[in-house]
Amino acid sequence: MIRDQEFLKDIASYCIENSKKLGATDVGVKVIHSVSENVSFRNKKLDESNRADSFAVNLTTYIEKKKSSINSSDLSKSNLEKLIERCIDATKITPSDENNSLPDKDLMSKEIRDLNLYDETHYPNDKKIEFLKKVEETASTDEKIVNTEAGFTENKNNFILANSNGFLCGYKTSNFSSSCVAVSKINGAMERDYEFGSTRFLEDMMKPEEIGKIAADKAIKKLGPKKIKSEKIGVIFDKRISKGILSTLASAISASAIARGTSFLKDQINSEVFPNSINIIDDPKIEKGLGSQNFDSEGVETNSLKLIENGILKNYLIDTYYGKKLNLKSNGRSGGTTNLYFENGTLSFKDLLNSEKKFLYITETIGHGGNIITGDYSVGASGFMVEDGELTYPVSEITIAGNFKEMFKNITLANDLEMKYTTNAPTLLINQMTVAGK
Amino acid sequence: MSNFFKETDIDTSQAEAIVTETLKNCDDGELYLENHKSESIVLDDNKIKSSTYNSDQGYGFRAVTGEVVAYSHSNDISKESLRKSSDNLKDTLKSKKGTYNHEIPKTNNKYYENINPIESKTFDSKIDLLTSVNNYLRSKGSIVNQVTANFLGEHKSIEIIRSDNQVLKDDRPLVRFNVSVVLEKDGKKETGVYGVGGRQSYDDYLKDGSWKDVCDEAFRIANVNLESKPAPAGEMKVVLGPGWPAILIHEAIGHGLEGDFNRKKTSAFHNLMGQQVASEGVTIVDDGTLHQRRGSLTIDDEGTPTENTVLIENGILKNYMQDRLNARLMGTKSTGSGRRESYKHVVLPRMRNTMMLSGKYSQDEMISSVDKGIFAVSFGGGQVDITSGKFVFNCTEAYEINNGKIGSPIKGATLIGDGPSILKEVSLVGNDMKLDPGIGTCGKAGQGVPVGVAQPSILINKMTVGGTKL
Repeated sequence: MIRDQEFLKDIASYCIENSKKLGATDVGVKVIHSVSENVSFRNKKLDESNRADSFAVNLTTYIEKKKSSINSSDLSKSNLEKLIERCIDATKITPSDENNSLPDKDLMSKEIRDLNLYDETHYPNDKKIEFLKKVEETASTDEKIVNTEAGFTENKNNFILANSNGFLCGYKTSNFSSSCVAVSKINGAMERDYEFGSTRFLEDMMKPEEIGKIAADKAIKKLGPKKIKSEKIGVIFDKRISKGILSTLASAISASAIARGTSFLKDQINSEVFPNSINIIDDPKIEKGLGSQNFDSEGVETNSLKLIENGILKNYLIDTYYGKKLNLKSNGRSGGTTNLYFENGTLSFKDLLNSEKKFLYITETIGHGGNIITGDYSVGASGFMVEDGELTYPVSEITIAGNFKEMFKNITLANDLEMKYTTNAPTLLINQMTVAGK
Repeated sequence: MSNFFKETDIDTSQAEAIVTETLKNCDDGELYLENHKSESIVLDDNKIKSSTYNSDQGYGFRAVTGEVVAYSHSNDISKESLRKSSDNLKDTLKSKKGTYNHEIPKTNNKYYENINPIESKTFDSKIDLLTSVNNYLRSKGSIVNQVTANFLGEHKSIEIIRSDNQVLKDDRPLVRFNVSVVLEKDGKKETGVYGVGGRQSYDDYLKDGSWKDVCDEAFRIANVNLESKPAPAGEMKVVLGPGWPAILIHEAIGHGLEGDFNRKKTSAFHNLMGQQVASEGVTIVDDGTLHQRRGSLTIDDEGTPTENTVLIENGILKNYMQDRLNARLMGTKSTGSGRRESYKHVVLPRMRNTMMLSGKYSQDEMISSVDKGIFAVSFGGGQVDITSGKFVFNCTEAYEINNGKIGSPIKGATLIGDGPSILKEVSLVGNDMKLDPGIGTCGKAGQGVPVGVAQPSILINKMTVGGTKL
C-alpha cells in the first residue's frame, strides 16, 4: 500500500533534472508518501474511522546564492512542471544570501544503516477495534470515570531525499500509537487525564489494559484539587513534562537562535549551564528509536552528540545555513534533535520525593509561557502536594515561574529514565520556583 | 473557482453518483474537495530567509451515521481513489442504518471577495516592502538587535458535494503580515510582535504607509518590555484592555461552549444551559458574518451559511456552537460552526469571531477603582482544559496598577483562571469594544483554523497572576 523507493526516486530525479534545465545551479528535493489509518472509540462505541493517503514534494532551487521553495501534494508531472517553473521564476528575483547552499559533499550520509524503523505488519481495523475495547473496558471499571475516549493509529511512511550533488537516499518508517483519555467526576466537578504509547513496531506496543488503567487512575487521583497559597517551593516535574526542559534547551542551542542572537544561552558554549553531574545526549542511531534517523533533513550524516557533558554546554544543533553564519560545520541537526535524553540520575524516585519535607509535584502544565530570548518561564500547572515523601492532595489553578538559566542550575535527576518518546527525561526536581496560587 | 475534475479520469456527475451511492444508508456526509494555494515570504536577520509557495489539492470523503464518523482522504482525485475511499466508508458503517438529512440552508450573502492575494501583489513589491520594514526599524537606532517580517497569503477554493447532487462552493482569501523586533539595551533583550490581516488583499492592510504603524507598534511593545520589572505572583484584580485580550473569552468560555464537548458532557459547561454563567451586563456572541474578518466564512466547511450566534446574553447561557453532527445528536440546528483545517481533517464545531459586546464603563473608571492589580494590554496566546475549566493566557504587555494609577511595565507572565467562574468575576464592562488586528489561529485536536476575537476593556475582580515576585 505504501509506494516503493523506485516510484519516489523517479519523481525526485524528474524534479532535479527539470529544475536544472530551467537554470537552477543547485537543487534539493524530498518526496514523501504516507498512509495512515486511525480508529477511535468513545464510551465503548466506535466513534471515528479515518484513512489518510498523502503525497508531498518539497523542492528548493538555487541559482548561485539565490533560493526559493515550493511544496505540493500533487505528484503529476504536468503539475510539477508548472510549479518548478514558478519556483525558478521566484528564485531569479529573490535577493541572494551568501550563506545559501547545499551541504558540503563530504558531510553527506554515505551508507544507510538499518535502524529497525519499519515494521511491515498491518494491524487491520477490526484488530484495532478489539484493542480499543480492551483499553476502554479497563479504563471505565471505576464508577467515577464518566467518559472515556481511546484511539489507535497506524502509520507507514516512505521517503526519498535527493540533491543535485548526487545524493539520493531514503527508507521506510512505521509508527503505531494508541491513547486513552479518561474523564472522572465527583460532586459535579470533572478532571481529565490520559496515557499513550507510541512505537515503531506493533509487538512493542503497551498492553491495552495498561493504557486504560493508567489513564483512569491518573484522572481519578486528580479529583477534588485545591488551590494553594503563593510561595517559593521545590518543584518536582513528572516524567511526562520533565522532557519539556530538554525541548527548551534544544530551542535555545539551535544554531538559528545562537546566530540570530535570540537565545538566553548565547555565548555560553563551554560554560557550565547545568550542575556538573548532568549529561545530555542526542543519539540518532538507537534501534527502533522514535527519533532515529540515518541523516538529517538535508542529507547530512547524523551521529550521537553530547550536548551537555558534566554540566558544560559542548555543542549547538547545527544545520548548513546557520552553520555557515557561525563558521561551524553542520552536525546533522537540520530539523532539530533526534532521540534526546538526560543520562540517568542517581537518586531513586522515592529518595527524590523524600529529599525535603515538602514539594510541589507537577504532572501537567498548560500554556506557552517559555521565552527563549530572556529565559523567563511562567506556565499554568496542576499536580500534587508532596509531604514527607507522600503525595497528599491534588493541586490545580496555579502557575509556576522562574528563569531557565537558574532553573537549569538547580536540577536534580531521579534514576527512572525510560525511552518512551523522542525526547526523554527522568523525574526531576528544580529547587525553589515561584508558585502563584491564592 | 477550481474545477476539481479537470485533468482527472472522472467528471462531476460520476463523482456525484459515487457520493449518493456511498451515503444512501447514512445520516449525513459529503465529498469535500479543496484546492489550497499559499505563500510565505520571510525576512530575517537582514536577509530574505525563505520564499515558499505551496500548492495542495485533495478530497475528504465523510459518511456519518449515529455518532460514528467514517473519513477517508487523499491527494489523488481519481475514480479508483474515490471508489477505494467509498469502500472504506461503507465497510466502517456496514452494521449501521441511517436516514440522510437533505436539508441545508442556502445563502446569497458574501462576506469577502473572490480574490487571490498571492497573485494580486507582485513578488517584487513584497520583497521591497519587507526590505523597507527592515530598513525602517533598523533606522530607529542600534538598540534594534533583530527584525523579522513576513507575508503569509492564501487562497482556498472548496466544493462540497452532498448526496442529492447538491453542490456548494466557496472561495476564501486570507492574508497576514507580521513584524517582530528584538531590542537590546544594557545587556537586556526583549521582543515586540505585531501583525495585521484578514480576508482581503495585502494592500488593503498596508497601503498609505500603514505598514509603518505595524512596525511602530512592535517597536513600542519591545521598548516597554525593556523597562519591565518582575511580575507579581498571586491573586489580584486584573484590568484587560480592549481587542486582542479577548483571547480570555476564547479560552475561558469559547471552547467550553463548542457542541461536541457538551454533547459528550466533557465540558465544564455541559449542564449550565439557561443558567447564569456570567455577571449581568456580559453578552458574548460568535459571529461568522463580519465582512473580511479573519474568522468569517460565507458558508462553513459543511456548506451551512454562517450566522451571528448569541452564546451568552446578559450573563445567561443561550446557545452552544454546533456543526451538523452534534446539532443532530443534541436535537438542534447547526450554527454554521462546522470547520476543518483542510481536506485532511474531520469537521469539528469551532469558533469564528468571538466577541464580548460593549458595556457602559470607561477604562479610566476601571483602573482608578483598583488599589493593587495589573493592567494587561497584549497577549501571546492561551490554552484551556475544557473538562476542569482551567485556562491560561500569556501577557506580552502588562503594567502594575497601584492606588488607581498605572505603574511600571511588568515581565511577561501567565494568568490562570477557571472558565465557568471567571465571567462571574467580571465586575465592569467597558464601552470601548475593539476587534483584534486579524492574526489569531485557534488549535483544537491538532487542527488550526483562523479566528477573530473582540472585547471592550473589562475589570476582573480576582485572577491568579503567575509572576515571580511574592
